[in-house]
Amino acid sequence: MDNEHLDVTKAVAIIENIKEIIDANKEFLTRLDSAIGDADHGINMSRGFTKALEKVRSNQYNDIGAVFKDVAMTLMSTVGGAAGPLYGTFFMRASMKLSGHQEADLALLAQAFREGLQGVVALGKAQLGDKTMVDALTPAIEALEAAAKQGLPLKEGLKRALAMAEKGMNDTIPLVARKGRASYLGERSAGHQDPGATSSYLILKAFCEALGV
Amino acid sequence: MKKLINDVEKAVEESLSGLVKAHADLIKLHPSVRAVLRVDSPKEKVAIISGGGSGHEPMHTGYVGYGMLDAACPGEIFTSPTPDQMYEAAKAVNGGKGILFIVKNYSGDIMNFQMAADMLAAEGIPVEQVIINDDVAVENSLYTAGRRGVGGTVLAEKIVGAKAEKGGSLEEVKSLCERVNANVRSMGMALTPCTVPAAGKPTFELGPDEIEIGIGIHGEPGRHRMKLKPAREIVEMLATAIVDDLPFKAGDEVLAFVNGMGGTPLSELYIVYNDLSNFLEKKGIKIVRNLVGNYITSLEMQGCSITLLRLDDEMKQLWDAPVCTPGLRWGM
Repeated sequence: MDNEHLDVTKAVAIIENIKEIIDANKEFLTRLDSAIGDADHGINMSRGFTKALEKVRSNQYNDIGAVFKDVAMTLMSTVGGAAGPLYGTFFMRASMKLSGHQEADLALLAQAFREGLQGVVALGKAQLGDKTMVDALTPAIEALEAAAKQGLPLKEGLKRALAMAEKGMNDTIPLVARKGRASYLGERSAGHQDPGATSSYLILKAFCEALGV
Repeated sequence: MKKLINDVEKAVEESLSGLVKAHADLIKLHPSVRAVLRVDSPKEKVAIISGGGSGHEPMHTGYVGYGMLDAACPGEIFTSPTPDQMYEAAKAVNGGKGILFIVKNYSGDIMNFQMAADMLAAEGIPVEQVIINDDVAVENSLYTAGRRGVGGTVLAEKIVGAKAEKGGSLEEVKSLCERVNANVRSMGMALTPCTVPAAGKPTFELGPDEIEIGIGIHGEPGRHRMKLKPAREIVEMLATAIVDDLPFKAGDEVLAFVNGMGGTPLSELYIVYNDLSNFLEKKGIKIVRNLVGNYITSLEMQGCSITLLRLDDEMKQLWDAPVCTPGLRWGM
């Protein structure tokens, strides 16, 4: 175990921290969602990650892919809404890339996240700028890939990715939603931060914190 | 928040438990997933399954029974159900003639039903889906998630359920459902917002003299907001949007459905029906069937929606066919 790799112990710690941070922001996410959606995002995400943490704590792993696969399956069957299939797919596709690995370096992690994002886009059909989670994830993953290409340390790559996710999240504020329930508001969705982009940022933040970034 | 609940986390579960106790002659709960099933399933017929967020009662759980749905999969309040619910429900009611999913057009519902359909198809169970999208309030469907499924869903479930009960094949039942969807249009409005128990606060705010036009059924705000007007003017606004959209023409025979959002008294819904009936008469559109009441609600929201379905002879016959569910019951 070192600072340049993600391993099983750290993966479980990440899920613990995601649960903590989502819980701490449950009302914040629901408040964002009540402005342009249907006021359930924080509640649903909190329920999903609570169950996901119970699941990973009850198992022994020697493969990081298996940790994320259990998270994926749990999110799909407990979150509901659009967030359940979307985050479930993100973790499922990422887990397939990580399957069989006891540890992952920055390059592998970037590949896994890219796979996850591709799954989200294939399922949700959202493009960059539609005011969705894709707006936070896309710049973050691009930053991760760029850092991997430059051979930067894992923590540095994650730090850059997190900064880009935060920017992407903030950039959703003026956008008019074109996907999901917020899209029914048309122009009225502008001026509100997207709850999905926010939960994506929070998940990445929890991921980084658990690795000491 | 003032609600008759015991525990926010258990509101859906306890309500379902009460529903099946009250209607034990018609419905039962699935033993392992959250789904309401007909007591007499599986039958040798196409199984009709729907589902969606809770909070719209009697839809969909109240429409399980003879002549309508074989199973309904309720999610949390205003939240789509998960794929395992539809998958297990389908396996429980599959009578060997295939499964039709009736899905309302919301991103979450579409994704979760699609995943369940993929899982069933992978096991060789024939499954088809029809997406209901009758809400004309969504003006620009190109740049949104598309028109929502609202009141037309109730009518589709009744008509399609009757067809399946009469032995229609999966292909016939699916194409009938598409025909209903192609001929039905709806639009709603709200006088007040509603409160999701887990959120504890109203999902949006409306001033004491404001109304929201083009409301959805999930407590999401509508298309625009305006000052309260007399019922007649509101009906005219909703009905004009509906009639112009299809368009409904003089001589058309329609089913007129005035639906309450949950918190509006029936007396006001009849005022709406009266105004609607006068409006349609002037246009030469003939109401030959009607439905007035709370059938697809949004918790305790005050307001209504209007749905018009252009009927053909087969749809009329199937609408009149016997139905016996907790929420709709006639002819038997």
